[in-house]
Amino acid sequence: MSLSLETMLQLSIILPLVATIGIVATGRNPNLREGVTIGTSLVLLYFVINLYQGLQEGTKVSVHWWELLPGLNISFSIEPLGMLFALIASFLWIITTIYAIGYMRSHEEQNQTRFYTCFAVAISSVMGIAFADNLFTLFIFYEVLTLSTYPLVTHAGTDAAKKGGRIYLGILISTSIAFFLLAVISTWFVAGTLDFKPGGVFDSNVDKTVAGAILALFIFGIGKAAIMPFHRWLPAAMVAPTPVSALLHAVAVVKAGVFTVLKVCVFIFGIDLLAILPSTQFLLYLAAASIILASLVAMRQDNLKARLAYSTVSQLGYITLGALLASQSGVLGSAMHIATHAFGKITLFFCAGAILVAAHKSNISEMRGLGRQMPITMAAFLIASLSIIGVPPTGGTWSKWYLLMGTIETEQLILMGTLILSSLLNIAYLLPIPFHAFFSGDKTDTYSGGIKEAPLPSLIAICVTTVGCLILFVYPQPLYDLANAILAK
Amino acid sequence: MLTHLPILQVIVPLMAAPLCLLLTRSRLVWLFALIVSGSAFVISSLLLEQVMTSGTIVYELGGWDAPWGIEYRIDQLNALLLLIISSLSTIVLFAADTSISKEIPADKHRLFYILYLLSLAAMLGIVATGDAFNVFVFLEISSLSAYALIALGKDRCALWASFQYLIMGTIGATFILIGIGLMYQMTGTLNMEDLSKRLPEVEQTRTVFTAFAFVIVGICLKLAMFPLHLWLPNAYAYAPSIVTAFFAATATKVAVYLLIRFTFSVFGLSFSFTHFPLQLLFVVLGLVGIFVASTAAIYQTNVKHLFAFSSIAQIGYMIVGFSVSSVAGLTATLLHLFNHALMKGALFLALGAVMYRIGSTKLSQFQGLGRQMPVTMAAIVIGGLSLIGVPLTVGFVSKWYLVLAVIDNGWWPVAVLILLGSLLAVVYVWRIVETAYFKPALANTESVKEAPLSFLIPIWTLVLANIYFGIDTRLSVQVAQAASQTLFGVSP
Repeated sequence: MSLSLETMLQLSIILPLVATIGIVATGRNPNLREGVTIGTSLVLLYFVINLYQGLQEGTKVSVHWWELLPGLNISFSIEPLGMLFALIASFLWIITTIYAIGYMRSHEEQNQTRFYTCFAVAISSVMGIAFADNLFTLFIFYEVLTLSTYPLVTHAGTDAAKKGGRIYLGILISTSIAFFLLAVISTWFVAGTLDFKPGGVFDSNVDKTVAGAILALFIFGIGKAAIMPFHRWLPAAMVAPTPVSALLHAVAVVKAGVFTVLKVCVFIFGIDLLAILPSTQFLLYLAAASIILASLVAMRQDNLKARLAYSTVSQLGYITLGALLASQSGVLGSAMHIATHAFGKITLFFCAGAILVAAHKSNISEMRGLGRQMPITMAAFLIASLSIIGVPPTGGTWSKWYLLMGTIETEQLILMGTLILSSLLNIAYLLPIPFHAFFSGDKTDTYSGGIKEAPLPSLIAICVTTVGCLILFVYPQPLYDLANAILAK
Repeated sequence: MLTHLPILQVIVPLMAAPLCLLLTRSRLVWLFALIVSGSAFVISSLLLEQVMTSGTIVYELGGWDAPWGIEYRIDQLNALLLLIISSLSTIVLFAADTSISKEIPADKHRLFYILYLLSLAAMLGIVATGDAFNVFVFLEISSLSAYALIALGKDRCALWASFQYLIMGTIGATFILIGIGLMYQMTGTLNMEDLSKRLPEVEQTRTVFTAFAFVIVGICLKLAMFPLHLWLPNAYAYAPSIVTAFFAATATKVAVYLLIRFTFSVFGLSFSFTHFPLQLLFVVLGLVGIFVASTAAIYQTNVKHLFAFSSIAQIGYMIVGFSVSSVAGLTATLLHLFNHALMKGALFLALGAVMYRIGSTKLSQFQGLGRQMPVTMAAIVIGGLSLIGVPLTVGFVSKWYLVLAVIDNGWWPVAVLILLGSLLAVVYVWRIVETAYFKPALANTESVKEAPLSFLIPIWTLVLANIYFGIDTRLSVQVAQAASQTLFGVSP
C-alpha cells in the first residue's frame, strides 16, 4: 500500500471522521469500539509520521478541496509548525485513548460511545487546524472544534456540567464571532488574501493603526489561547471527565488556540511587521499579566484540576508572549513550549484523574501521604511538575530557555522578570503536592489502606507521557529542528 | 410552451386552487396541491436557468403591449425569489398532510389547501409581475388568504392574532395603494419599467415624495420591520405549524423583494438614497431591530414565539445590507433572503413535528426531547447553528458577505454591532438546547416518540440544504450577485 503524501494529508483529517461511523456502529461492544478508536489513532499517527518524513525531505505537500466563497479556499499544506502540532496531537490521542479506557470503565461513565465519537471529531478538526493552508480554513475547523468538544465538556449532563458548558461555549463562541471573525474579515479586506505566507500578508506600507487593531482583535478573538480576561472557559471546562480535560484542555483545544496565535503572528503579520505595531507592546504586557495573575489564582485553588487549569492559563501566556516578542528565539521558544507543555500538562491531568479514580480524591488538601499508596502516579506528577517549572532533567527546560533568550534579545527586561517570577510561582503551587504526598501525613495510617494505583491502562499512559517529558530533555534535537524551521524560509 | 412560463408560474396554482373543491378526500387534495406546488417549482427552476443564460424575460399578458397591458418581467431578482417561494412551498407542503391531521378539523382540510395554493399563487404573482397595480391585487389575495390561514390555528388566540394582522396588513396594503395612486396621478402609468422612466421627470414634486413615503411604510408593515413588527410574533405563533413554516420562509421575503424593487427599480437609486434619508433611517432601524428582537427572543417561553422574534431580527440584517446600497450590500441581503428561508423553513417545520408529537411548543415542554426525538432535535440544533452563523452553514455565508459589505463601506462600528447581535442568537438557541438535552423528560411526554418520516424527510431536506449551500455557495452567490449587479446597472 503506497499512498501519496497528498492522500495521507487528506486522510488524516477524514479518517477520524470516518471512524466515528465505526465507533457508533460498534457502540454496543465496548472492546470493539475502543479497538476502532485505537486502530484509527495508530493509523493516523502513521500518516502524520509519513508526512513528517516528507517534510524532512523537503517535499511540498498541498491539497486544495474546494472554493467555499470566491477567493476563499478550503485547502491544506504542511509546514513545520503545523507538523509539530499534528505530531503532538496525534501521538497524545493514542495515549489518551489508552488512558481513557482505564478511566472511563473504572469510573463507570455513561454514554461512552458519544464520548469516543466526539473525541474523534475533535481530533479531526485539530488535524484540520494544524494543516490549514489559510486562515479561512483554520477558522472553520476552529469553530468545529469548539462545537465538537461541547458535548465532551458537558458529558456528565448534570447542572454543574450544564453551567460549565455554558461558560465554555459562551466565551469561545462569543470571542470567535465577535473578534476573531471580524479580524479574519478585516484581514481579508485589508490584505486581500488569507493565505499563510512566510513574512506575512500585509503590505509594508499598511496603516499601522489598522493592523495593530486587527492584531488586538486576533489576540482577544482566539479565545482558546485563554488570554485574560477571556480565560474563564478553561477552569469551567474542568467539569469534563479527566481524559477530556487532559487531551482537549491541556493539549488539543488550548494548543489549537496558541497555535493559531503563533500562526497568525508569523504567517499573517510576519515578525518584522509585528515588531513595529503600536499594539504589540500592550498585548505583551497583557500576556505577562495573564501569566502572573493566573499563577496567583492557581495557588489558591484546592481542587487539583482547577489548579492545573489556572496553571494552563498561565503557561499559555508564555506561548502568546513568545509569539508577540517577534524574534527568532521567541517564536522558537513558543513552538517548543507547545510540545513540552503538552507532555507535562497531560501527565499532570492523567495523574489527577488517576487519583480521582483510585482514591476518589479531588482536593489537594486530602492528598497528604498519598505517595505511599500511589508511588508511580506521584513520581510522575513530580517529574511533570519539574517540566512545567522548566528545570532539568525535563523538556520544559529548553522551551523556557529560548523564551528567556527571546526576552533578552528584544531587551524586554520586565518580561524576563515576569518569566522568572512565574517559574518561582510554579514551584510554589506545584511542588508542594508531590512533597506532601511523599513526606507528610501519618506514616502508619490505615484509613486509606484500600487505595491502590490506578487501572493498568491509565498507568501505562502516565508512564509514557512522563518518559516523554524526560526524553524531550535528553533528545530535543528533532523538536528544535522543527521549531527552528518555522522561520527558516 | 417555454415562452409562456412567466404566466404559467402564477396561473397554475391560481387555477388549481378552486379545482381542489372537486376532490373529496383530504389526502387526494394534498397530493394534488403537492403536484401543483411541485410544478411551480419546476417552472421557476426553468425560469431561473433561462434568465441566467439569456437575460431578462418580458412577457405581455394577452398580447397587449406595455404600458397599456400588464407585463410580466422576470430578471435575476424575480427568478431567485420565485425559486425560493416555490421550492420552500413544496418542501413544506410535503409535511402538510400529517401535520394538519392533528391541528385542523377534517372538514376544513380542503379549505386549507385552497387557501394555501391561493397564497402561493399570490406571492408568485407579486414577484413575477411588472405592473405596480397588479402588485397590489396580488398583495391583497395573499393577505386575505393569509388571514384565513392563520385563523385556522387550533388555539383560540389564533383568531385574535389573525385579526391583529388583518388590521395592520390592511393599513399596509392601503398605504401601498395610496402610493401607487399618487404615482399614477403624476405619471399616468402603472408599468414599473415605464414608471422608472417617467418618475425622474417629476421627482422633485411633493407628490412623488409622498408616494414614496406611503409605499415604503406600507411595505415595511408587510415586512414586519422593526418597529412595525407587532403583528408578526402572534401571527406566527398561533397559526397552524405548516402555515408558520410556509410564511416564515416566504412571506417576509416577498416584502423584502417589494422594498428592493420599488426603491431600486421604480424610484431609482439616486432618488431613494440621495433625496431621501433612507440610508440612515434603515441602518439605524435595522440595527435596533436586530438587538431588540433578539433580546425579546431570549425571553420567550414559547419556542414558536422565540423563532418569530428571531425572524424579525434576521429581517434587521437584511435591512442593514439593503441600506449599504452597494452591490456587495444588496448581494448580502439577497443571500440572506435565500439562506434565511432555508433556516426558518427547517426550524419551523421541526417545531411542527414537535407540535405533532406533544401538542405544544412551549419551551418547558421541550425537556428531555433530545433523547426522545433525537432526529428532530438534531435538526433544530443545526438550524440554530445556522442562525448563529457557524461556518459550514448558510448563516455563515450571509454573515461573511454582510460584514464585508459593511466594512467595504467604511462602517466599522456597524460591523461590530452585527457580530455582537449574532451573539444574542447563541443565547436563545442555547436555551432550547439546554432544555432539550439537560433536563429529564416530563411525566406527560415520557412516551413521546420520534416524528414520522413525512416530517423528517422535508425537515432534513432543508437542514441538508443549510449545510450544502453553506459549503457549495456557487449557485446562491452567483445568482445573488447577478441580481444585484443588474439592479445597480453594473454589467457583470
